[in-house]
Amino acid sequence: MAERRRAFLARMWAGLSAVAAVQGGWVTASFLRPRVVADGAGGLFGAGAVDRFAPGTVTAFADGKFYLVRLADGGFLALHRECTHLGCTVPWDPEQQRFACPCHASVFDIHGAVVNAPAPRPLDTFPVRIENGIVKVDTSQRQRRDRFDPSQVAV
Amino acid sequence: MKLPLARRIWDSIVLRGPVIPRTDRDRAFVTIHTLLLHLRPVKVPARAIGFTHTFGLGGSSAVLLGLLVVSGLLMTLVYQPAPGVAFDSVVRIERDVRFGTLVRAMHYWSANLLVLVVVAHAARVFLTGGYHGARQFNWVVGVALLAMVLGSAFTGYLLPWDQLSYWAVTISTGMLGYVPVIGERLQHVARGGADIGASTLVVFYTTHTSILPALFVAMLSFHFWRVRKAGGVVLPPAATGGSDDEKVLFVPHLLVREVMLALAIAAVVVLLGAAVGAPLGERANPGMSPNPAKAPWYFMGLQELLVHVHPVVAVVVIPCLAALALVLLPYVTADDEPTGTWFQSDRGRRAAGWGALVALVVVPLWVLAHEFAAPHLPAWRGAAAVVAGLLPLAFVVAGGLAFGRFVQRWHVLRRNEVTQALVVLYVVGFAALTAIGVWFRGAHMALVWPWTR
Repeated sequence: MAERRRAFLARMWAGLSAVAAVQGGWVTASFLRPRVVADGAGGLFGAGAVDRFAPGTVTAFADGKFYLVRLADGGFLALHRECTHLGCTVPWDPEQQRFACPCHASVFDIHGAVVNAPAPRPLDTFPVRIENGIVKVDTSQRQRRDRFDPSQVAV
Repeated sequence: MKLPLARRIWDSIVLRGPVIPRTDRDRAFVTIHTLLLHLRPVKVPARAIGFTHTFGLGGSSAVLLGLLVVSGLLMTLVYQPAPGVAFDSVVRIERDVRFGTLVRAMHYWSANLLVLVVVAHAARVFLTGGYHGARQFNWVVGVALLAMVLGSAFTGYLLPWDQLSYWAVTISTGMLGYVPVIGERLQHVARGGADIGASTLVVFYTTHTSILPALFVAMLSFHFWRVRKAGGVVLPPAATGGSDDEKVLFVPHLLVREVMLALAIAAVVVLLGAAVGAPLGERANPGMSPNPAKAPWYFMGLQELLVHVHPVVAVVVIPCLAALALVLLPYVTADDEPTGTWFQSDRGRRAAGWGALVALVVVPLWVLAHEFAAPHLPAWRGAAAVVAGLLPLAFVVAGGLAFGRFVQRWHVLRRNEVTQALVVLYVVGFAALTAIGVWFRGAHMALVWPWTR
């Protein structure tokens, strides 16, 4: 009789200790998960009137950490300035009309597509909306892509 | 008749026995009755205290760790872990705090020397076979301690928040992004967010000054304890009837040697700190990456590997294989072969020498070959996975196996001697990659001569 009681209590101790350990681990893991905070400016970024940006030019926005590209046909692309290789900030070279990363020599064209390895994919984009003639960039929604597609351009 | 006050105070502090022992009996007594010494054995084998048996590497690691704690604690009284003020607080340590420059430089040099010394200590333990029998689990604890040393060095690297630290940590955490499936999540956990920012600095600072030191206290104590339980430093089997069994008192024979070595290390650190100092670049600028952007030197082997092989191989496959091999080493090697002698035997030493030589020749040749072949490599989809991923991995594994078979046939070795030669081959190979990455890579990570960097 005592044996059965002891075995039962031992099982209860073991089971409840396991539950307590799982609870402690889950609380700690939840605590440590980073809060989802918007990138850079944290939300909708008003870049300016459409006419401010000449076709075929690239304008840097340091606060939002992006480049606003106006292509020759008038469409807009917002490119995240972080190189997709290891995270360096990629400067725009207006003379060579390309983004050239200083860290490991990755090169991207004006669409952000990869011209030179070791970058594994094109520069990330942010969604661009044109409302009432004002260009707006949503820096809270970073978008990865495998390659450039005309559907990514905002008109 | 009451004793004088001074005498009673002294007796209450020093409960029993003389502080300075003068007889052998007192020396044994002091070892047992002193807090700092009671972890040590009263007597040690005479063969164990020779300098060239262990080069005092384990003890040196502990001394360097002590220097890091003292210099680090001093700096936590001035340093401020927030992006807007971190750099300025480091400048304040350098300019306004008396001896701040020296304390910071000592911290920097102790840290870099510690990485080298613990690797050397691991190499000594490996090469003298100190990971068999009762020492198996302590080897695993040692591997964990090595990981903690690298973690401490890495988290500390970000704290000055200058261009060097900011981008080195960007690169290193950028590598995490290549882990399949969980890469981006891992990166977010390491950085405390999508980019390096205030959260990153707080996480790194707390890990560096609180979490890792607490873990060190626990793990290091256990590490020392297990050495005692195994009977001390690994020694060759005692020859019967000889003087091999002779034991000497810890006080003074080993203690004096240890204190001398500790003082010498402290002197070297102070001299290096005073003469060379610690670097401090410009304030971190997230808008401008320096050219080149390099990881800390102990991660440069990985960054160099990344230039040559597919990211998943460089960041996941090879590090995981290496970690697995390190942790399982005591359990997959033969437990019944003699230990305690460096390289195990003359044949073992020769085989290990060949391993080092092959690595020192093959790795630079491979780096150069890749440099000239790169423009001609195929670029079709999936090419990278095969040409830069599977092929190099197959070469590394098959090459190692072929070398092992060849050297065993040629030298007629024991199993552990073959394993030893293989480990030396891979470790020296990785060291060669590290050296190339540190000294032979310049702007845009192009191959350059070191003096032109």
